[in-house]
Amino acid sequence: MIATEFTPVASLLGGALIGAAAVALMAATGRIAGISGIAARLLPPYADSGLAGRVAFVLGIVLAPLLVGLATGTLPLPQIEASTPVLLLAGLLVGFGAVWGNGCTSGHGVCGLSRLSMRSVVATAVFMAAAFATVFVTRHLI
Amino acid sequence: MVILAQFAIGLLLGLGLVIAGMSDPAKVLNFLDLAAIPTGGWDASLAFVMAGAIAVTFLGYRLVLRRDRPVFDTRFHLPTATAIDARILVGPAIFGIGWGLAGFCPGPALTALTTGGAPAWLFLLTMFAGMAAASRLAARTPAPTPALHRS
Repeated sequence: MIATEFTPVASLLGGALIGAAAVALMAATGRIAGISGIAARLLPPYADSGLAGRVAFVLGIVLAPLLVGLATGTLPLPQIEASTPVLLLAGLLVGFGAVWGNGCTSGHGVCGLSRLSMRSVVATAVFMAAAFATVFVTRHLI
Repeated sequence: MVILAQFAIGLLLGLGLVIAGMSDPAKVLNFLDLAAIPTGGWDASLAFVMAGAIAVTFLGYRLVLRRDRPVFDTRFHLPTATAIDARILVGPAIFGIGWGLAGFCPGPALTALTTGGAPAWLFLLTMFAGMAAASRLAARTPAPTPALHRS
């Protein structure tokens, strides 16, 4: 494992920005800021006319680290520990599970909990428990 | 205009993920490692990300949803499904295992497109394949929950 620093202030601030984006999307388009739902609907079939907006939204997320790099002079690099086979499997599970469960950390964990949706409470509890258990198994049992 | 707004909102969300540290899978995995609490290796930062995000969204939604309609649409599109069915248990369980394996959920995987190199691209490749597979399977299965995507 790679040690990381506890960053309560930056994390609270970043979280607030995530929340601000969720509120702004609701105010602008009237929709939940569920990243998995928006990303999944970049793929065909295209049932509505919202594709350009979804592309723009995802492009904004994708370009954000470059803006941070420009502003601070240091590109924020993700530290990826997983091996190639694990990454391939993890991606498949994350993509399938997010669409099958109608949402991910943003749609259920942030937007759904904020709406006090019981489905989102259940979904968030289940994916948190599954993630805690998975890390316990991979780091402490095998 | 609405497309520009969505770009700006995506950018804001991405900035939030990066500033919060959630775009770093090592940080996510260190948060998910509860067994590291006694040894001091636990990184509690993500609890603060969730707290900040939910506090702002909870209050902001209350203000926004008081309005008659969003700025760029005629009505709000809120999820209507309420059933606690198998899909709302199985989907998140699968999602959580994948999240715990690599430390990536969809947002951070997208921010890593520009900064994470080949490992991030491989994750994104199978993530979109998994999404497509679930969409196809859902279209074929007579689902008790109406909306496929939270939109």
